Amino acid sequence: MANYSTNEFKGGLKVMLDGDPCSIIENDLVKPGKGQAFNRVKLRNLMTGRVGERTFKSGDSLEGADVMELEMEYLYNDGQMWYFMKTDGSFEQYAVEKKALGDTEKWLKEQVPYTVTLWNDNAIHVAPPNFIELEVIETDPGLKGDTAQGGSKPATLSSGAVVRVPLFINQGEVLKVDTRSGEYVSRA
Amino acid sequence: MTTNWQPTADIETLRERAHLLARVRAFFTERGVLEVETPVLGQGGSTDVHLVSLSTLARTASGRRRLWLQTSPEFHMKRLLAAGSGPIFQLAKSFRDGEVGVRHNIEFTMLEWYRPGFTMAQLIDETTTLVANILPSFAGPVVHYRYRALFHTYLTVDPFTASLEMLRRLAAERGQMSAHALANEGRDTCLDLLMSMVIEPQLGRNELSVVVDYPASQAALARRHQDTDGEWVASRFELYLDGVELANGYDELTDAAEQRARFTEDNAERRQIGLPEVDVDVSLLAALEHGLPEGAGVALGIDRLIQLALGKARLEDVLTFSTPNC
Repeated sequence: MANYSTNEFKGGLKVMLDGDPCSIIENDLVKPGKGQAFNRVKLRNLMTGRVGERTFKSGDSLEGADVMELEMEYLYNDGQMWYFMKTDGSFEQYAVEKKALGDTEKWLKEQVPYTVTLWNDNAIHVAPPNFIELEVIETDPGLKGDTAQGGSKPATLSSGAVVRVPLFINQGEVLKVDTRSGEYVSRA
Repeated sequence: MTTNWQPTADIETLRERAHLLARVRAFFTERGVLEVETPVLGQGGSTDVHLVSLSTLARTASGRRRLWLQTSPEFHMKRLLAAGSGPIFQLAKSFRDGEVGVRHNIEFTMLEWYRPGFTMAQLIDETTTLVANILPSFAGPVVHYRYRALFHTYLTVDPFTASLEMLRRLAAERGQMSAHALANEGRDTCLDLLMSMVIEPQLGRNELSVVVDYPASQAALARRHQDTDGEWVASRFELYLDGVELANGYDELTDAAEQRARFTEDNAERRQIGLPEVDVDVSLLAALEHGLPEGAGVALGIDRLIQLALGKARLEDVLTFSTPNC
């Protein structure tokens, strides 16, 4: 991979830091009145998801990371690995470890496209779509009547996620959910 | 794709900017300081290893020559002083390649002025008076600090006597830099990092902070003298407001031989670390040999002062067209 100098650090650039692939979020120049300039860089470690800051001497460089984000459909899992398939027509499949799946495990549904981050062709992260439609498999019986009144109850969805839903929702209904906040949006 | 042709500052901000610049000019006119305009292109550039000069090839009367976009109007203004201009000021377009950020733009406006016969203390006083004049809500106070005392306060370390290992360790820890990246760095890099990352953000909070007695190795174009502790320090000051470095002033170096030696040292260091050498401004050296009146001078980032005066988040908010939207 190519090396990138601090003045090429742009949001989204993928670089290697301490052996892990990272994505650059922000880069700002700091400089005392006279003297050495530094770049204060905010990066996300793509293995851990953690965001941290690092300082570099201006002009220093980091090795680029071979990182790609691809759209893949979820297929199935065997309890050890979770399998996804590229949506580009190649039918190429990738096996993903539980660690890389993280929180996304509770938003998995077959044939839904996910964004899979590959580092050196290994899946290191899976991001769900912002909105997903899932069936309620368990919740208290729905309340008839005034649906505008507040109040909510927990509902377990087919993917395993538990979300707060309005009281009028019944088992078997399909809901639209925001995966970023984990909140109910509407009936699908 | 649509081309973004709009200015980075809104028109109302540009009106306020013009008003503040008029106040700057009035301030100096009242004090009998002459406004001058010096070239943006010069035959020499800044040899400072920490500045990256832009240069261009031009067809001149004496043939094709490399001309340097000035990183500050300092050299030309000193030539005017040597020619007997008396006190002068300038709002000068200046260029520093690669300086990009929320407080930096490659092309910016420098307010620079020179006061023959002034001591550094007198110039500090004039600089803080100007800043207080420009800032609508500034109520003071102006607080003076010594570089050494700041390191004692914020890092409990002595910047002059601490071992290099100690400074590297502190710089890695407090400056969020990897120890590996600092392994071959000298004292000044460590001190610069600690100053920028740890101390500067604390300065100028509900006050105007003046910092003096910088290490002699950070003198640039300032004289050096021994401070009250017997350390060699630079006769240089910096001004801070809201954690932002605003101005850098010197008791000006007038010794041509010393100036020539510092240029030569800079270029030697440039060769050593693989940076391109910069043509030395021989006209400045000739002017110094002729004689530069004793005095003090200061460079103030006027874009930053306007940014603070108008409460804007980014430098580009007070520039018509920031780089690269230029």
